[in-house]
Amino acid sequence: MSGEKKYITDVGPPHYKDMVHPVLLKNYGKWRYHEYVAPGIIKHVSLNGEEVYMVRAAIPKIVSIYFVRELCDIADRYSDGYVKFTSRHNVEFIVTDKNKLEGLLKELKEKGLPVGGTGRSLKAIIHTQGWVHCHTAVIDAPGLAKALYDELYEYFTRDDLPGKLKIAIACCLNMCGAVHCSDLAFVGMHRKPPIVNDDIVSRLCEIPTLVASCPTAAIRPAPEKKSVIVNEERCMYCGNCYTVCPGMFIHNPKYDCISMWVGGKANAGGPPDFSRLAIPYLPNNPPRFPEAVQAAKNVIETWIKHAKPGERIGDWIKRIGWERFFTLTGIPFTDKHIDDFIFSVPTFRTTTNFKWK
Amino acid sequence: MSETPLLDELEKGPWPSFVKEMKRMAAVKPYAKNVLLQLERSYRDKITHWKHGGIVGVRGYGGGVIGRYSDLPPEEMPTPEVHTLRVAQPAGWFYSTKALRKLCDVWEKYGTGFINLHGSTGDIILLGAPTANLQPCFEELVSIGFDLGGSGSDVRSLSCCGGPAFCQWSCIDTLDMYHDLTMEFQDEIHRPRFPYKFKIKISGCPNDCVAALARADLAIIGTWKDSIKIDQEAVREYAKQGVNISKIAARCPTQALEWDGKELKVVPEDCVRCMLCLSALPKAILPGDEKGATILLGGKATILQGAFLGWVIVPFIKADKPYTEIKELIRKILDWWDENARTRERIGELVYRLGMRTFLKAIGLPPVPQMIYVPRANPYYFWSPEELEEK
Repeated sequence: MSGEKKYITDVGPPHYKDMVHPVLLKNYGKWRYHEYVAPGIIKHVSLNGEEVYMVRAAIPKIVSIYFVRELCDIADRYSDGYVKFTSRHNVEFIVTDKNKLEGLLKELKEKGLPVGGTGRSLKAIIHTQGWVHCHTAVIDAPGLAKALYDELYEYFTRDDLPGKLKIAIACCLNMCGAVHCSDLAFVGMHRKPPIVNDDIVSRLCEIPTLVASCPTAAIRPAPEKKSVIVNEERCMYCGNCYTVCPGMFIHNPKYDCISMWVGGKANAGGPPDFSRLAIPYLPNNPPRFPEAVQAAKNVIETWIKHAKPGERIGDWIKRIGWERFFTLTGIPFTDKHIDDFIFSVPTFRTTTNFKWK
Repeated sequence: MSETPLLDELEKGPWPSFVKEMKRMAAVKPYAKNVLLQLERSYRDKITHWKHGGIVGVRGYGGGVIGRYSDLPPEEMPTPEVHTLRVAQPAGWFYSTKALRKLCDVWEKYGTGFINLHGSTGDIILLGAPTANLQPCFEELVSIGFDLGGSGSDVRSLSCCGGPAFCQWSCIDTLDMYHDLTMEFQDEIHRPRFPYKFKIKISGCPNDCVAALARADLAIIGTWKDSIKIDQEAVREYAKQGVNISKIAARCPTQALEWDGKELKVVPEDCVRCMLCLSALPKAILPGDEKGATILLGGKATILQGAFLGWVIVPFIKADKPYTEIKELIRKILDWWDENARTRERIGELVYRLGMRTFLKAIGLPPVPQMIYVPRANPYYFWSPEELEEK
């Protein structure tokens, strides 16, 4: 086989030492402190006094190769040919020359990229890929994210909110992204059981895996037709069966909807907590999802009005109590808010100490 | 009239628009335009038009490519194959523009030109390529130094925070550990053979900027064992500038801080390393010197039995290169999970089903109070025969 090109696999990602800005490498592990210069700009100072400015700007997440090349052009001009993305999908330019900041900010403004997302601000929204890619997407997260951003724009570019505000959107219950631990979150939901296509199920699906995929044991084997039966009363429309088997078609545009969750957090300053159900139904109303955007604004504005400095949405709700949260926001409380899945009892109030409104 | 009246609405408004980006590609690539038009169709029908799955990939790999086919008839969608490549990101999402430009050139040749920067797990997502282009695209990616990430029932691409590259709080070398573990587990990342997905994330300090605790089956989070280090001169400087030090001390959840107007004192054994005071006074307070990592297990989103936050399985472990102890622990956990889990059972759910007692024994980890908030309140505990025979 001489002369044939060797087939190379498993090279792994590029090595970070070739990707990290040389000044960051020079001071690697030798940083002394950082300080906030302005929204979106953090100055890092090393033990030997070297200063680096990290300038954070938002991107639309789904971008064209032309956009990436333009980011590269900017990085070549202002951050020596190096660039970083953050865990919330912002872009960061690493500026070692303070005099270059003004020019960079001007270019980012011209390009329409908001600078911010540091300190007590709206952080970039974590969202899933939606209808451009996914077969289980109930809603289009990129579209809802864009609609929310347009309304909440200024909160990204300022840093005077009571606390940081992290929003996440998941197109379906698979929840790629940290929807379960965000200050505010949206999840696309079904409201009708799947329609079983016996032909597809018998040809393409593994029955035991399909039966096991149901969290409420609503799916039973139907050996006579090599398919399954759904106990519709037990089904809570999670769609996990559709994830494992295409014969369990669950999309239903007439009934599919959006749910809103609040008060979760993943990290920093005390233990994490889950997002909790705030609104079980909001219409799935593309392209601009006005009801969902309004619902988010209502909670955010109520939080800004009532929270103490330093309180994230969850901290604020913990202090005032959930009963007051529902009063202040005017969100109706329903039977959907009371957990009836497997870990429900610890969420029930086991004291006579509560507020009336 | 516009062919995309609904998506056009998402070009309006001050925030940068992904629709504008898609249109830039659609203007030059008919293949990309087909995807844009299908997206418009989804906006009209309020439903996705991608079919379920489809097995495609590149030679020698089982993961890294997500097969995707349109459910529309050929007259509406003439190019139904629109697969996605997950490309493993460099540690901490640092790039040279040279590398990014090469990536764009390859993708311009083989796909839609749409890139998702980045996917939720951390990969670079190249959105949309026909089946015939997958293999040559992959080989060219390898030739410029990139490789695929994970998908399906494998160890997924890891992720880590920027760590020591710019942050004074990082207690571990997140970037190096990310790269080292990624190379160690190449086979497990590229060739799915496990019950389900397994995510590993690395954060340099308890602020946990990659949300490892909430989002990873195995979270490695930098921490320290000794006291925080307080620069009293810097604290006084903050006070002089008008920062309310008493208020910051009062926010300490364990009342481990006291400020007398001159000195900020800490009771080290009461500190739980929540990072509140470090974050409030970054110039004055630093992590201690005895650095290592806490390892937590089981974090995941809702499917199947509910969302779990990762819980402590190793309160403190030394985390120095070549990370032998951490690698051995991960291998042990992967093996035990592989042997005992049902199909599509995440490690957290397996431990929940079989019990921490069984897990700790299998892995050889000692039970310690740092693993729990409170001890059990029920009397339903087990004794093994060996324990009964002990003197």
